[in-house]
Amino acid sequence: MGHLLRLCALALLFALPLSRPAAADLQTVLQENAEDVIRASRRTVEDVLAALLADNDPALPAFLEQWRGRNVYVREADGLFLYVEEIDRETYRLLDIVTRAEIGTAGRREVSQLRPNSGVQGVIASALVEFQLRDPDPARRGAALDAIARNPEAGQLGPLGRAAEAETDPALAARGARLVTFLTIAFADETADRVAAIQSLSGDLSLDARAALNPLLTTRLVLAEGEDPPAGNVAAEVRPGSETLSWEAAYEMLVQAGRAPAQVSDADRNAALVANLAEGRVAGVAVASLNTEAARDAAYAALAAEGIVPPRQTEAERRATAAGAHYFLVYTEADPAVTAAAEQALGAIELRVALNQVLDLSLDALSLASIYFLAAIGLAITFGVMGVINMAHGEFIMMGAYTGYVVQLFVPDYTLSILIALPLAFAVTFAAGVAMERLVIRWLYNRPLETLLATFGISIALQQLAKNIFGTQARPLTSPGWLDGAWVLNDIVSISYIRIAIFGLGVLFFVLLLLILNRTRLGLEVRAVTQNPRMAASMGINPDRINMLTFGLGSGIAGIAGVAIGLYAKVTSEMGADYIVQSFMTVVVGGVGNIWGTLLGATLIGSLQKGIEWFNPSNTLAAQTYMILFIILFIQFRPKGIIALKGRAAGE
Amino acid sequence: MTGMLLEVSGVSVTFDGFRAINNLSFQIGRAEMRAIIGPNGAGKTTFMDIVTGKTRPDTGTVVWGEKNQSLLKLSESQIARAGIGRKFQRPTVFEDQTVEENLGMALKEDRRPFAVLLSRPTRATAERIAELAAEIGLSEHLPRKAGELSHGQKQWLEIGMLLAQDPRLLLVDEPAAGMTPAERDHTTAILREAAKTRAVVVVEHDMDFVRKLNCKVTVLHEGRVLAEGSLDHVTSNQDVIDVYLGR
Amino acid sequence: MRRPFVLRHPSVLVFLALLALFTLGVTLLSEGMGLGLISTSFVKTLGKTLCLCLIAVAMDLVWGYCGILSLGHFAFFGLGGYMIGMWLMYERTKGIVLDSLVNAPLPPTPEEVRAAIGTQIFGVVGGSEIPVIWTFADSLLVQLALVVLVPGLLALVFGWLAFRSRVTGVYLSILTQAMTLALSLYLFQNDSGLRGNNGLSGLQNVPGLLHLPQSVVSIGFFWASALALGLAYVLAAWLVSGKFGSVVRGIRDDEARVRFLGYDVEAYKLTVFTLTAVLAALAGALYYPQAGIINPAEIAPIASIYLAVWVAIGGRGRLYGAVIGAAFVSLLSSWFTGGGAPPIDLGVYTVQWTDWWLVLLGLSFVAVTLFAPKGIGGLVDLVLPGRVPDRHGADLGPGQGALREAEQARTEDGK
Repeated sequence: MGHLLRLCALALLFALPLSRPAAADLQTVLQENAEDVIRASRRTVEDVLAALLADNDPALPAFLEQWRGRNVYVREADGLFLYVEEIDRETYRLLDIVTRAEIGTAGRREVSQLRPNSGVQGVIASALVEFQLRDPDPARRGAALDAIARNPEAGQLGPLGRAAEAETDPALAARGARLVTFLTIAFADETADRVAAIQSLSGDLSLDARAALNPLLTTRLVLAEGEDPPAGNVAAEVRPGSETLSWEAAYEMLVQAGRAPAQVSDADRNAALVANLAEGRVAGVAVASLNTEAARDAAYAALAAEGIVPPRQTEAERRATAAGAHYFLVYTEADPAVTAAAEQALGAIELRVALNQVLDLSLDALSLASIYFLAAIGLAITFGVMGVINMAHGEFIMMGAYTGYVVQLFVPDYTLSILIALPLAFAVTFAAGVAMERLVIRWLYNRPLETLLATFGISIALQQLAKNIFGTQARPLTSPGWLDGAWVLNDIVSISYIRIAIFGLGVLFFVLLLLILNRTRLGLEVRAVTQNPRMAASMGINPDRINMLTFGLGSGIAGIAGVAIGLYAKVTSEMGADYIVQSFMTVVVGGVGNIWGTLLGATLIGSLQKGIEWFNPSNTLAAQTYMILFIILFIQFRPKGIIALKGRAAGE
Repeated sequence: MTGMLLEVSGVSVTFDGFRAINNLSFQIGRAEMRAIIGPNGAGKTTFMDIVTGKTRPDTGTVVWGEKNQSLLKLSESQIARAGIGRKFQRPTVFEDQTVEENLGMALKEDRRPFAVLLSRPTRATAERIAELAAEIGLSEHLPRKAGELSHGQKQWLEIGMLLAQDPRLLLVDEPAAGMTPAERDHTTAILREAAKTRAVVVVEHDMDFVRKLNCKVTVLHEGRVLAEGSLDHVTSNQDVIDVYLGR
Repeated sequence: MRRPFVLRHPSVLVFLALLALFTLGVTLLSEGMGLGLISTSFVKTLGKTLCLCLIAVAMDLVWGYCGILSLGHFAFFGLGGYMIGMWLMYERTKGIVLDSLVNAPLPPTPEEVRAAIGTQIFGVVGGSEIPVIWTFADSLLVQLALVVLVPGLLALVFGWLAFRSRVTGVYLSILTQAMTLALSLYLFQNDSGLRGNNGLSGLQNVPGLLHLPQSVVSIGFFWASALALGLAYVLAAWLVSGKFGSVVRGIRDDEARVRFLGYDVEAYKLTVFTLTAVLAALAGALYYPQAGIINPAEIAPIASIYLAVWVAIGGRGRLYGAVIGAAFVSLLSSWFTGGGAPPIDLGVYTVQWTDWWLVLLGLSFVAVTLFAPKGIGGLVDLVLPGRVPDRHGADLGPGQGALREAEQARTEDGK
């Protein structure tokens, strides 16, 4: 208790303003307490520290550091405290403890080293922590907190608690308070304090909260002597053959405890057989006949019967032995109240973590859906309005991305270059789309399968062309600096700004296309051509022009999608091919000829893919496989997609 | 059922809010000729689509044959095998195949894939094809591709395919369109001959042709039956005059 | 009475004669049989080409005759390859393992051999257990049966699902493409049990025939491929000649009309789809022992699209067209990409064909689609003018049937 009281006195001293009294210097104060400094013990050192702190020489922290590190010496002649540097084995250079100036040399025997014991070292270390935590510079105070968080020790708890109370910077105060909680959980003496600290973390989502709680629940397997649980904080009994304890491990524990004979593995058995081989026979059995496991077991049993080798237990016997013993999981943390509180707090955290993961997953799904939407919407327009399958759609996406890359070669400012690249990509792919429509597709209307193949031909030509021009390695499309980073809600939920921007782009195009199709003359004509081309033609609409513009529009949006996709993925000549199947799926699932359908299709496919990935996060390939299987089944039930045109407009 | 071959009752079907068929009821006996007339959009084609299984009605029943089988659960091909043949308004023959192949495909034989795969042309089938070709006046054109025929010949070929199926009910959509008067007479004769042993439903615009068929007439309007009876009877019906003939 | 089948279809006879001549010629000129004018590797290339011709015949049946543009037949081809590859690799590894254990102090037990085979084959994907799907890998007969059964069953189930829900035209094409993609992505996984992206290798070593040099083995496979192609060609010609062919072509041109004639269109499509899948699988089972290695990339959707390209360039709707297309394009392709074609110096730029071949192929494919829908096979019509049907109106090709149905519906609706 006296120890605690002294600590409190120390704390009071720290509470005094950290001004510099000019009365005495460090050496003087040390000389005043010379006896206690040289023969410091845990009991006395705090008085010394109090005296030193009251003086508060600027050289004090450095001195404490040296003292703790056993680098302070006393000159036998006059009792002066000093640092030394070794000149040779027998001679030291002497340094002043305040100025670090050389004050002469001395033989090895003329000085004696201060050797604080570990208890004293601990007290000095705490005092040092407190020094750092009370440094006038907030950055250094923060660094001290970091140091403690990295490498927490029991002794830091007291100084940290006092420093956190006195902290004036709110951010640092909050961090300090948090660290106090973690240290309390780990090191506090009183169970009630620890439980209270644990409970204060209940439902806390941060990673470090979980990192503080998880170690409390680490367990080890203990083999009980009899049936009763062993001493200690027992978590549960485990049966061998369960997930936590295999039959092998259970038996091995018995072997370690000397309660069962060692296992003879197949390799041991074989080695024993080989060792006892003589003149082509083992235990009277010809070697050539040992070509089955059963024959080898029999031969070994014969050897064992002769007492040459230890007997071998069968798998069943080993299991029976293992099953006869009792195994327990014991917490390394001894206090049951603490482990119970930790269980409870972690349970609450896990529930909130799950909820937040769902939220994070939804955000991910939404972002993936907006990418699919952007990639597919152009296809949906050309497919829906013209019944044309454009296999080169993916290559239009690629063209858009490469346009962005080329723009960045000429315009180094990333914000400006993206602003130029978006319309330029639209223009380039719009032109490419119109050219393709005029040159190829126009001649193949009403022959959908041939259009598919012709556009595929264009697709492989474009892909190879891109390879010839830009090479096979991936090209970067750098996003502006303000799109770097992520919007972080907590340690679980975060989404990068690029994905938010892509989402915004997706929404923008969705609204824009809805407006174009439903509010403009062009949209009216497009819808007319979609529903009944012959009637539309007789109403004076030129289907050729509509087809050309529609195809251009669809291709242009693919170009924009290309820029967007290029921002977060690499630009390669094959990037289009990566999206084409998903885009088709989106259109088919959503239903042809309807923007809402594409939106729903993209959402469905995006969430589905993320959902399946969540179940099996290590395997995105499997996720895609299952997603495609799902779509094949989905089409069984809604062959025309989520939103199907019905009746006569569907045109069979 | 009272000797009826096909009994459609209370059938309605809606396309995107448009009621194409509205509580329609219709019956036809085993050997009967019936003409269906009505203005555009009266639901004539949709009615045929429902009977042949192309369109599923929202409500109502379609009952077929002696066993009172519901046609609503059958697929198009099952309905066709049950004995309902259909001739489309526009001739739909397989233009890339010969007249002989077209007729051969329509012949009433086992239609399961493996039976068809293993089937060999027999003298009987060849004779039947020749007989049908003679009846529709295409004997000299058997080895020609159907795509090379004139429009009228294609109509004939399709009628021939219909007869080859040997159906119990023929649904015929505007059989006389694009035919010369002589050809029309021939068509009338074939249809009346067919109606002696089976049910024939003819959808037609041409009143003269309907008159020549000399049969009971059903007038459809806005998806329901407006009037039924002899041609003279329905043409004197005021409702019919209002919606169809009067305007 | 009717004349024999081959006489009614002289093209079959011509084809068989040419195939026989070609096979004999290659055999006589090969290294294995004496003259050595054709290297073993080129014999293998020719043998593989025959297998590609075989799958092209299957593709022509399903697309050119039945109107189903399947972008999934290379999946069946690959599966067939995997099935035979499992036996080849298992038995070959077993031989190696037995050889290495021959000097062990104790004679190996079956369990040891199996474990060693497992480590040998699956060590590369970090496993040593032999997966369940390899249960019958030691039995040639069972694996040969699986060559037919696995792809056949997949085609049956997939086709049943797809046709049942009346998915047609481009939708069906995309669906088959999705199936192919799903399969290849599945096989790319390490835990698929088929060695992930490493695939199966060393397939050119046929257990039991290891004493024979590759030059002889290659001739054996060449003959087997030629025989398979010949038989498949006759089978396909027989299928499309009679009433079955008539119905199948009817389905291609106007599916709904066939349905109203009382034919169960789905059953026919399923029959053709499954049968061609099996043919494709057989082609694959003959192809990969000649290629020596199979991996999931072979199954990627692009391969199936190339198959469609071959058939289209050769001329679909005629079996010899498919064969010509597959042989022509795949040989030309290996000539160009193998560096066989001389570069063209344009002064400012030298056209290296390894870089530009795909561009040329893509564009010529567009050109064929636009200007020569009948493909190379259409040239035969020029040589034999009597066979050109004397008919008016626009050309009818596969793919137009669906349109005519739609037009029909529209006309009727518009009434």
